[in-house]
Amino acid sequence: MTSPTTIPEEEFAHPGSTGCPGCGANLVMRYMLKGLGERTIISIPACCWAVMPGYWPSHCLKVPLVYSAFEATGASISGIRAALDMRGEEDVTVVGFAGDGGTVDIGLQALSGAAERRTDAIYVMYDNEAYMNTGIQRSGSTPWGAWTTTTPVGSDRAFKREPKKDIMAIMEAHGIPYAATVSVGHPEDFVKKMRKARDVRGFSFIHAFSPCPPGWRMDPMKTIEVAKLAVDTRVFPLYEIDDGELTITREGKGKPVSEYLSLQGRFRHLSEEDVADIQVDVDARYAALKARVAKKASKDDE
Amino acid sequence: MRKVMTGNYASAYGAKAARAEVVAAYPITPQTSIVEKLAEFVSSGEMNAKFISVESEHSAMAACVSASIAGARTYTATSSHGLTLMHEVLMWASSARLPIVITNVSRAMAPPWSVWADHMDSVAQRDTGWMQFFCESNQEVLDTIIMAYKVGESKDIMLPSMIIEDAFILSHTSEPVDVPEQPLVDAFLPKYDPEAKLEIGSPKGFGSLVKPDQYMEFRYKAMQAMESSRKRILEVEQEFERAFGRSYGGLLDEYRCEDAETVVVVAGSAAGTVREVVDSLRVKGLPVGMARLRAFRPFPREEVRSLAKKVRGIAVMDRSYTFGAAGAFYTEVCGSLYPLAERPVVKDYIVGLGGRDITPRVIENIFMDIIEASDRGESAEPEWVDVEGLGRRWR
Repeated sequence: MTSPTTIPEEEFAHPGSTGCPGCGANLVMRYMLKGLGERTIISIPACCWAVMPGYWPSHCLKVPLVYSAFEATGASISGIRAALDMRGEEDVTVVGFAGDGGTVDIGLQALSGAAERRTDAIYVMYDNEAYMNTGIQRSGSTPWGAWTTTTPVGSDRAFKREPKKDIMAIMEAHGIPYAATVSVGHPEDFVKKMRKARDVRGFSFIHAFSPCPPGWRMDPMKTIEVAKLAVDTRVFPLYEIDDGELTITREGKGKPVSEYLSLQGRFRHLSEEDVADIQVDVDARYAALKARVAKKASKDDE
Repeated sequence: MRKVMTGNYASAYGAKAARAEVVAAYPITPQTSIVEKLAEFVSSGEMNAKFISVESEHSAMAACVSASIAGARTYTATSSHGLTLMHEVLMWASSARLPIVITNVSRAMAPPWSVWADHMDSVAQRDTGWMQFFCESNQEVLDTIIMAYKVGESKDIMLPSMIIEDAFILSHTSEPVDVPEQPLVDAFLPKYDPEAKLEIGSPKGFGSLVKPDQYMEFRYKAMQAMESSRKRILEVEQEFERAFGRSYGGLLDEYRCEDAETVVVVAGSAAGTVREVVDSLRVKGLPVGMARLRAFRPFPREEVRSLAKKVRGIAVMDRSYTFGAAGAFYTEVCGSLYPLAERPVVKDYIVGLGGRDITPRVIENIFMDIIEASDRGESAEPEWVDVEGLGRRWR
């Protein structure tokens, strides 16, 4: 009998993480390890997952892990890689596993350095779009319009007024061999991309969409639903950039963004005009991705 | 093999002789020639190591920390602002119990910008849990790197070490240096083999969260390790002397202190000048001596107490200043002396900040001042030496 799924049954993340009910980051870790397998070493900076493996002396992962300072993930994986290479263990996969704040804000410099040096490692950013471990503060990855504790909604509706930092564009600009977006709503695509990242020599970057029920003010039962809606509404398109070539790995259905936004309390305050503005932005970004794919296709035809 | 080399090259040769396996470093004046030389060693194949050109000193230390957890012998070098940028990860390294070795080319902190000798950068790291060794000569720099790995990698120690060489005075001044034969170094310093490291098939977590009922025990063990290092530093130095014929006086290097009535306590390159002044004053019949703080961490409190029992006056020369208090060497010396029933006169002299020359004349005047203070039997407030507008002539 063939398996109904391409995802390995073997688990490398045991139950017992201290994640919240419905935590997307739990699934990011689980699928990531299913894709990478047992010959993996993880470096984790300050983030939810610095706490989630559990108290010393136990932890819930089946692979070795090292904790590092908040801004140091890129440097940490560079050090591990160098030490393993000295031992002749080139086949071991080294992963930096950081949240969005630890990646696009405080960790950006070390990440950029590791990418520029073409460190043979994978950097996975699980994006819950704010500093969630410290209790929902705005990060550079928080989208326009979202409420957080540091972008409170007052009489002047002072929600976040700046767009989300485009980390994929930043990483692509480093000329790294492989970058991809993944979502806990689409595990097969997720695991496939992790395998691809593992098999690439050099630096890979994975941007993982990771709903946070407490931070997003949403029903913890709806993590997968919200993750799927993010793809279907094209708020979070699934694509990969393999050696400079962009492929959309799952077409967004083009559902209205309001379907995605309305399930989350963090967007509750938005007016119809605000939602319309978000729709315009999402459409433009998706059109730009499609245009790149089309341009490549027409070039190939010539 | 005897070569004429700068303190910086002595550092690079020390790291090479110790067979550091991972070097992660970032350029900063006046440290840069250390990493240049190491990059050259690695690229020529003379040194079997991975050289990581990190994008900051914070990343340099962070890469060393993770490489060390993965079981590699690691080395880096920096100076002033680079060292203070590392501060967070310095704490990480010691608390993770990693025997990393760093050379810090001790330089003043800005503003105003200054690239010259000053101990503020190193002194500001005294609470990071690192062993700290101030060096007087280029030979001592090289030898101390090798010894520091052996001390730090001892199973009951497992702590990092900072080798401190004064900016330009050592870093860019050439002296004859004996580069020990590699087989002798290999026999002295075996391959680093930690009890625990990142290993496939052994899913350990390094640095996990602990509860309040566990944290203090981790700190207590680090304290015990640092205390044990006092003995270990002496043992390793004796072993080094047997193998290579050189030694540096343990934690507190005393010069002509046996019958001295007043002594200068000093650290770093200025010690060489103090020795000269001691000799010239001895010729004049003055019973003076010098005690060089070779280790600042662990602080040689017992050695300082033994010295204090013999003398009337101690002049502490501080090449840094802790605002709102005094020079750090002075406060540490005074703190060590408190349990004694009878204490000598102790006075703090703030000297040589930002590379100001500490001339023989300045040191001579410090001796005269402490002799007078000892005669009066009065300790005094810290004195800033050779500062414009203070009236007193020291040079």
